[in-house]
Amino acid sequence: MQKLTTLTSTVVLLPIDNIDTDQVIPARFLKTTEKTGLGEHLFEDWRYDADGSPKPDFVLNRPESKRSAVLLAGANFGIGSSREHAPWALMDYGFRAVIAPSFADILRSNSLKNGLLPLILEPAVHLRLLEQIEEIPAAQVSIDLASQELTLPSGEKVGFPIDPFSKTCLLNGTDELGYLLGFEPQIIAYEQRLGEK
Amino acid sequence: MTGPRTLFDKIWEGHVVAQEPGSPAVLYIDLHLVHEVTSPQAFEGLRQQGLKVRRPDKTAATMDHGVPTRTADGTSLGRMAFADELSRRQIAALEANCREFDIPYYGLESPNQGIVHVIGPELGLTQPGMTLVCGDSHTSTHGAFGALAFGIGTSEVEHVLATQALLQYRPKTCLVQIDGRIPAGITGKDIILALIAKIGTGGGAGYVLEYGGSAIRALSMEQRMTVCNMSIEAGARAGMIAPDDTTFAYVAGRRFAPQGTAWDQAVAAWRKLPSDEGAQYDKTVDLDAAALEPMITFGTNPGMARPVSGRVPDPAAFSDPHERAALEKALAYMGLTPGQPLIGHPVDVVFIGSCTNGRLEDLRLAASVLSGRKVAAGVRALVVPGSQQVKKQAEAEGLDQVFLAAGAEWREPGCSMCIAMNGDQLSPGQVAVSTSNRNFEGRQGKGGRTMLASPLTAAATAVAGRVADARKLKT
Ligand code: SF4
Repeated sequence: MQKLTTLTSTVVLLPIDNIDTDQVIPARFLKTTEKTGLGEHLFEDWRYDADGSPKPDFVLNRPESKRSAVLLAGANFGIGSSREHAPWALMDYGFRAVIAPSFADILRSNSLKNGLLPLILEPAVHLRLLEQIEEIPAAQVSIDLASQELTLPSGEKVGFPIDPFSKTCLLNGTDELGYLLGFEPQIIAYEQRLGEK
Repeated sequence: MTGPRTLFDKIWEGHVVAQEPGSPAVLYIDLHLVHEVTSPQAFEGLRQQGLKVRRPDKTAATMDHGVPTRTADGTSLGRMAFADELSRRQIAALEANCREFDIPYYGLESPNQGIVHVIGPELGLTQPGMTLVCGDSHTSTHGAFGALAFGIGTSEVEHVLATQALLQYRPKTCLVQIDGRIPAGITGKDIILALIAKIGTGGGAGYVLEYGGSAIRALSMEQRMTVCNMSIEAGARAGMIAPDDTTFAYVAGRRFAPQGTAWDQAVAAWRKLPSDEGAQYDKTVDLDAAALEPMITFGTNPGMARPVSGRVPDPAAFSDPHERAALEKALAYMGLTPGQPLIGHPVDVVFIGSCTNGRLEDLRLAASVLSGRKVAAGVRALVVPGSQQVKKQAEAEGLDQVFLAAGAEWREPGCSMCIAMNGDQLSPGQVAVSTSNRNFEGRQGKGGRTMLASPLTAAATAVAGRVADARKLKT
């Protein structure tokens, strides 16, 4: 997993509530047996016309978006399917953090396992950030994961929540599987307690 | 030491292998179901790290999302070509992975192939008190048996394959109390659509929902599965229903169910699972079953649902600019006008199937409406059984003949138009009434417009050619 410590970036705005994973990456792109290459299909049906040409007014088609590592979305981001292709596509495009007032459970969990930070902001702060970026689109935010702090373009610093375990994994780039494999003796003991051979 | 506990508490506490302070619990997994779409990268991860599948005996695989549902010559032998090479490769990859890692799988030629959430219960793999996961959000379906069942991502699929355990934070619990006599013509689908309309697509986020009350107790297992299936559409981690005699009667005698004295012991243990008197939930929601009507969605998420007798809401009536904008966007996508009655809206396609409503009872309900009637001219109606077993039973009852006589298509089992990965899909702009679970933009094909409803409403709509109320259908 790619580690994440600090990040300074412009912000791509997609302030729509309840964005579902069928929009993030439509099902027809789930036929891959790889994790890479999905970025070009991120938000495919919002991004391209019927003939496949990019819609100029869709935010991801602006050249500057490609250089951004932070996406700002609306509440309840990532509802729907458990497809991990959603965080893979977001990261393949270049995002390392998504800022939203709330996230769907599975998407949040899948993101954390891939080095993508789901950053939860209170609705009022989320709105302030949105307004600041709308005013100055080239403005940047800074994320410091160790101190769990986001610096808005205005200079205001706000905290954000993350569970300590996921935070450590992200900071060090450690994969959870290694940690879990360390519990082999306890897993064996559990199975024996249940009277299994 | 412990006070009264909920069904969830009992299963959770019985499966915690270890828990370090500040870290998620290591939760033991009793059953891991696998399908072709969310597993290839997990198997590849095992290979790269030189790991084995720890408990192939607690794992089972099938192919459902991308399988073709047509046969070459109208017989059940030999499916038609795959929609594309990628789908074929993905299914071949699952077969190869199952052989390499020694996992039992129900492939295209198996009499038990079907949608993963249909075959688990059908085979008796799904049992009360279990922890059960699958790389698929509708794993919540299996909670209908009093199991803790939830969807996971591909990284977690790899974790469970390698360790038979998963890292999980304990979710909160919510009791959904549904009392009252369910009116005639109301199904599990209407109950769950009404609940999601009430609490919203994020209403269950962070919670496991336990459905209780007299209306739930009165439901058959298949209807309970429909309710639990869509828990995820309310954002819930899982949905569950305490096991009772209805549950035990369903499980008894199935292929992987305990037999003989083991069965008696299992039932005795399962009887201890229901929540204790006075057990505390973090939150409670009520729903009055007696007041329910057939429900249908009008928008682009499952929370945008109304009674079928209602009208399309008017964005102007919403004061919150966010909600107003979302509704305007949804109605524009759906091609619906504010204030228009839902009944009578013309449709192009009716889809009856999926892990929500592709079981035998669902097909019986649809057939009860279609029997002696015809699908309206210009409407394409697809009936896709959830599994080979469902298909076989339906054919034994003659349901296939009812569908064919009505002018509907009778297909091979799979996810089909629920997710539109196998070539069964809507064309841009087409309107479908579907018994599946998601009406997201493009879910059933790019540009397609989906309205979710029960098998009764879907079948009535097929006959009328327009959204219809099955209770009011003229002969
Ligand atoms: S039927 Fe639809 S919701 Fe169910 S598993 Fe298949 S694709 Fe997913």
